Amino acid sequence: MQEAPTTPDVQPEIQSRQPERSVAELKQLAAQVRRDIVRMVHAVNSGHPGGSLGCTDLLVALYFRIMKHNPEFSMDGVGEDLFFLSNGHISATLYSVLARSGYFPVSELATFRKLNSRVQGHPATEEGLPGIRIASGSLGQGLSVATGAAQAKKLNNDDRLVYVLMGDGELEEGQVWEAALYAPHHKVDNLIAIVDRNGQQIDGPTDKIGGLGDLRAKFEAFGWRVLETDGNQFETLLPTLEEARSYVGQGQPTMILMDTQMGFGVDFMMGSHKWHGVAPNDEQLEKALQQLLVEEASDY
Amino acid sequence: MKEFPYSESKDTRSGFGAGLHELGKKNPNVVALCADLTGSLKMDAFKNDFPERFFQVGIAEANMMGLAAGMTIGGKIPFTGTFANFSTGRVYDQIRQSIAYSGKNVKICASHAGVTLGEDGATHQILEDLGMMKMLPHMTVINPCDFNQTKAATIAIAEHEGPVYLRFGRPVVPNFTPADQEFKIGKAVLLNEGTDVSIFATGHLVWKAILAGKILAEKGINAEIINIHTIKPLDSEAILQSVRKTRCVVSAEEHQFNGGLGDSIAQLLAREEPLPLEMVGVNDSFGESGTPDQLMEKYKLNEAAIVAAVEKVMSRRK
Repeated sequence: MQEAPTTPDVQPEIQSRQPERSVAELKQLAAQVRRDIVRMVHAVNSGHPGGSLGCTDLLVALYFRIMKHNPEFSMDGVGEDLFFLSNGHISATLYSVLARSGYFPVSELATFRKLNSRVQGHPATEEGLPGIRIASGSLGQGLSVATGAAQAKKLNNDDRLVYVLMGDGELEEGQVWEAALYAPHHKVDNLIAIVDRNGQQIDGPTDKIGGLGDLRAKFEAFGWRVLETDGNQFETLLPTLEEARSYVGQGQPTMILMDTQMGFGVDFMMGSHKWHGVAPNDEQLEKALQQLLVEEASDY
Repeated sequence: MKEFPYSESKDTRSGFGAGLHELGKKNPNVVALCADLTGSLKMDAFKNDFPERFFQVGIAEANMMGLAAGMTIGGKIPFTGTFANFSTGRVYDQIRQSIAYSGKNVKICASHAGVTLGEDGATHQILEDLGMMKMLPHMTVINPCDFNQTKAATIAIAEHEGPVYLRFGRPVVPNFTPADQEFKIGKAVLLNEGTDVSIFATGHLVWKAILAGKILAEKGINAEIINIHTIKPLDSEAILQSVRKTRCVVSAEEHQFNGGLGDSIAQLLAREEPLPLEMVGVNDSFGESGTPDQLMEKYKLNEAAIVAAVEKVMSRRK
């Protein structure tokens, strides 16, 4: 009989909680993360810069302002807010944000997508990279996983939250709608799901490929509370995330439809599906870095 | 030939239900998820006594696998319940990525495996599940033979850290293993010592192997019969020890040749001890409607098929 992990009555204090950062500081961090992303994909001539750049502001907001989390990583994350990346192909963003939060050395970003690395092409637990709790890449699975993790928190009387990010193209996967039906039915109200609504997927615009239609109406019909925001402006993103948090415990999960631009921050990558899975060449990298200025850049 | 007395016949799925209920009482971290088959999986006792730890997922198996993976984060030990077909083929990628590759402590509990599901026919009679599951790194694959062993296996896998596929079925079969027999994952159970042939059987074919052993004894053939309840990790040591004595081998299972127990044994023999092997199983075909007994006969999954395989393999022995 294995020893049952005890559920603490009092949540452990997270010692290393990030200090609250101003919007100006978050913008600097986002620029640094974007520099990491373009340099990471350039170095191995592979990866997914478009969606990674588009979701940078969200991950920076979550990890450097919104979430209570501990870079002294524990898989169970009791007493912490959890984040799951369902659209695993934007791994570069997550890796950069985790490294710059202190989960692992920033220098390790240089091993992205290389042999014998913990920093795999898509997020994985296999190599033990701190901060990753589930493998993702094959799309459509993260909402289910996050819902399960949120229900485990309820069973543990852990009042922290679970966040999950999905791509909009990913919503074409049927499993997403199984989970979308389940979470409101089971009143999983410690769950905040976010859709990166950039309107693009590999073969073109999502409206032409999958016909996602009115996502607000769809999720509301499934029983979700739906919020919409601009995911590339901290001035709108932060209040939306705070608002979502205020609905916790009210019997309903929350879905944030977050409008972003693919490639945000690098003008020649913005708004086009062509940069979904293509890395910049040397010249394009230089051009991108000139647009991603940080007062005190600390490139790895 | 040893005798294997039993007082009643029961279904292995009820062994699962009994084991799960016992786990509910002794381990507060055990949770159960079911995809609209609570009665068929015999999960009612757990559901009734531990409602806060029972999750009705509805007909959404992909979601169930993801939920289970997520619940492990926070220390829960999820047991998923549905038919073997919907526990494996339908959700292979969910198991592969969210459970096996992610190293999650999920117990995938699968009933109605094989042709003994009966009249519903081939859409529901999966014969490929052991193969699919054993191919996944990190996955442990278990196929117990009767009520008592299924109950013991259910309790044992809760204490094993890592993903497990536990396969059982619908028909009633003699409940002959001792109720107090400890279930050791990966350890074969020697049922009858013999010298002429090694019969390695799993699941419902274990009792058929015992019946075959009696017929063989009347013919003067002394069969060694071993219950391989764990397909992965395979008990190579026990298998090699037996075949080095008997010099010929029969495998028996309610599964395709491809990917099954016989396939695992063939690999082991080819690497370590090349000896003649005859396989009792399904030869690259789907099942069909019929009663379990009719199907076991038609698909050559009974004692007669095992006897024939033994006679053939003994004639091949050098």
